[in-house]
Amino acid sequence: MPKIILIGASHKTAPVELREKLSFSQEQIETALEFIKQDSGIKEGLVFSTCNRLEFLYIPKNSDVNNIDRVDAVLAFISELKQLPVSEFKPSLYIHTDDDAIRHLFCVAASLDSMVVGEPQILGQVKKAYKTALRVGTTGVLLNRLMHKSFSVAKRVRKQTGIGDNAVSISYAAIELAHKIFADLATKSVMLIGAGEMAELAVEHLMTHQVEKIVVANRTFKNALELARKFNGQAVQYEERESVLADVDIIISSTGATDYVLTRDQVKGIMKKRQHKTLFFIDIAVPRDIDPRINKISNVYVYDIDDLRNIVETNISQRAQETIMAQRFVEEALLAFRRWLDELAVVPTIKAINRKMTDIVNLECEKTLAGLRHLSKDDVESIRRMTKAIASRAIHDPILFLRNTGDHRDDSLYLNIARQLFNLDIPDHNY
Amino acid sequence: MNIPFILLQCATFFYLISTAGYFCYLFHQKNRIQQTALGALGIGAVVHLFAIVLQSAALGGLPIYTLAQSLSMAGLSLAAMFIYTQYRFRLKILGVYATAMISVLMLASLFLPEVAKAPDKIYKGIFFFGHIILIFSGEAMLALACGAGILYLLQEQGIKGKSPGFFFKRLPSLDFLDAVSYTCITTGFALLTFGLVTGLIYARSAWGNFWQWDVKEVFSLGAWLVYAALLHLRLYSGWRGRNSAIMSVIGFIILIFTFLGVNFFLGGHHQGFTQ
Repeated sequence: MPKIILIGASHKTAPVELREKLSFSQEQIETALEFIKQDSGIKEGLVFSTCNRLEFLYIPKNSDVNNIDRVDAVLAFISELKQLPVSEFKPSLYIHTDDDAIRHLFCVAASLDSMVVGEPQILGQVKKAYKTALRVGTTGVLLNRLMHKSFSVAKRVRKQTGIGDNAVSISYAAIELAHKIFADLATKSVMLIGAGEMAELAVEHLMTHQVEKIVVANRTFKNALELARKFNGQAVQYEERESVLADVDIIISSTGATDYVLTRDQVKGIMKKRQHKTLFFIDIAVPRDIDPRINKISNVYVYDIDDLRNIVETNISQRAQETIMAQRFVEEALLAFRRWLDELAVVPTIKAINRKMTDIVNLECEKTLAGLRHLSKDDVESIRRMTKAIASRAIHDPILFLRNTGDHRDDSLYLNIARQLFNLDIPDHNY
Repeated sequence: MNIPFILLQCATFFYLISTAGYFCYLFHQKNRIQQTALGALGIGAVVHLFAIVLQSAALGGLPIYTLAQSLSMAGLSLAAMFIYTQYRFRLKILGVYATAMISVLMLASLFLPEVAKAPDKIYKGIFFFGHIILIFSGEAMLALACGAGILYLLQEQGIKGKSPGFFFKRLPSLDFLDAVSYTCITTGFALLTFGLVTGLIYARSAWGNFWQWDVKEVFSLGAWLVYAALLHLRLYSGWRGRNSAIMSVIGFIILIFTFLGVNFFLGGHHQGFTQ
């Protein structure tokens, strides 16, 4: 039976500093997929990296107890790629196998494992990871089916529960904070640095509070223009972001930059110009865009993605009922997938039994028919049909028994017995 | 039977109910509790005012000749100013601070030993009454500014420290708290300024010169300068938010020292009012 392994680190197990270090770029994801492809011990696999998690999902060729199913090899690869000693990140990892791995994947795709339960972006990110793996060619029958199942679970959770409501999202948490800082958001201006999906969502929320003005700064000015047009705002050059600070009140940053896009000194300098009027930074980028020391400046507040968690957790608890329902969907999907997996394991045995019986019947039938040359062509065909029918009926009940998987029985035991009864594992048949 | 004293006891009783109500409101956040607490405060203030009117009639002047009377007057001023700010800003949670302070003032006033003092005939006239009423009202407003400042610092600490906690949901936005504190400071400062001016005019008519370098006068000027500096810094250097809140607390501490500490420890011609 194929084993499914999932190795990962997320906001639940690793602090933001470590997640920043572990975060894979698209190029690194492709390098990791090449590693999976080259590694003779891994049959199928995909790599999933977002701002809050890194996950390796794979199916080893053979379950090897000594090497714990290639876990060490994967850890060594991460260590080499990220130039991090294994000891530094290993304690923050989780390793799930089989049902736990499937359940975890379903929960991730359905956004039940996200920092903000119900955030819609995660499904898109899972799909992207799958597409990349598909392109590189590291997926097969099993992962294809598993991933498609995870998409359908996520879709069902989104449609049939209130988990995806706006109330439970990172942007909502940020808006709630903004309300506790500013008396009237309608008189405030917002600057969006970068053009991530989550940032867009936050701006959309702010739009519902009718903020006065929206300014978009992006490395690619064309993208800034497009986004600004979408929000009826104003686009500025990325280099202008510091000077724009004098005129805006809320800054939402979500660039892919590896360094801070705004430093403490820049903000300190601008505070005098803006008469120490309050500034609120929402940093939803990982690695972080906004220097956390900015929070120490008077009348300036910086919240990064981890900081928003506290507020979000309150909202999550309000959605506990929805989560329970969503988890039921996950469990149902897991059972369905497990059934399919078990069937998958039974199929080769059934095929082998069928093949063996057909071979025996054909051999004996031809031997007998060789001495009965007086029979007409129709009679020969009738005898052939009869022997096939006898064989088919003889194995019908055992096959039905093997197909009837589930019911908490140990299928592998019955498969083993069946293979021994029919002597299926000896390649050279001598009937 | 000392009717004014009984009325003061009644007023204190209502103030205590109001304080208990506001503390309940702090935990349960039910509007009905807050309205009851505000109602009790209103009844307490009316009864209190009636007591002071009776006392004034009996004394032939405002009852501010002893420390007990001064504290009682401060309590009434604070109650009146809180009701005014409540009407204007509806910052309900400020009631926890205001009613607690009023109750402490009134309990101290009731339990202080009574000092028999004949009213001095020199303390009369429109400028004297104006001086007293304006100073007490101004200080009450500045006390409320301090309260709003404290609430600001509590909320700011939660947001800055990224652990919103108990007060996060219960307090309004920082902007709003800053606006309330600032309005209280400007109103209080204006009242204090007029109070000092009327005091100067009264001093001229009573003692022949405007300024006598009395310790209380010097400290009052100091407190006035602190608030003047705060307003100046706010207008021209953008001192707002945290700095403004801290200054409002410091300013009020100086005012308390000017009101009580100077009389107790440093003497001066206002000393007689706090015996």
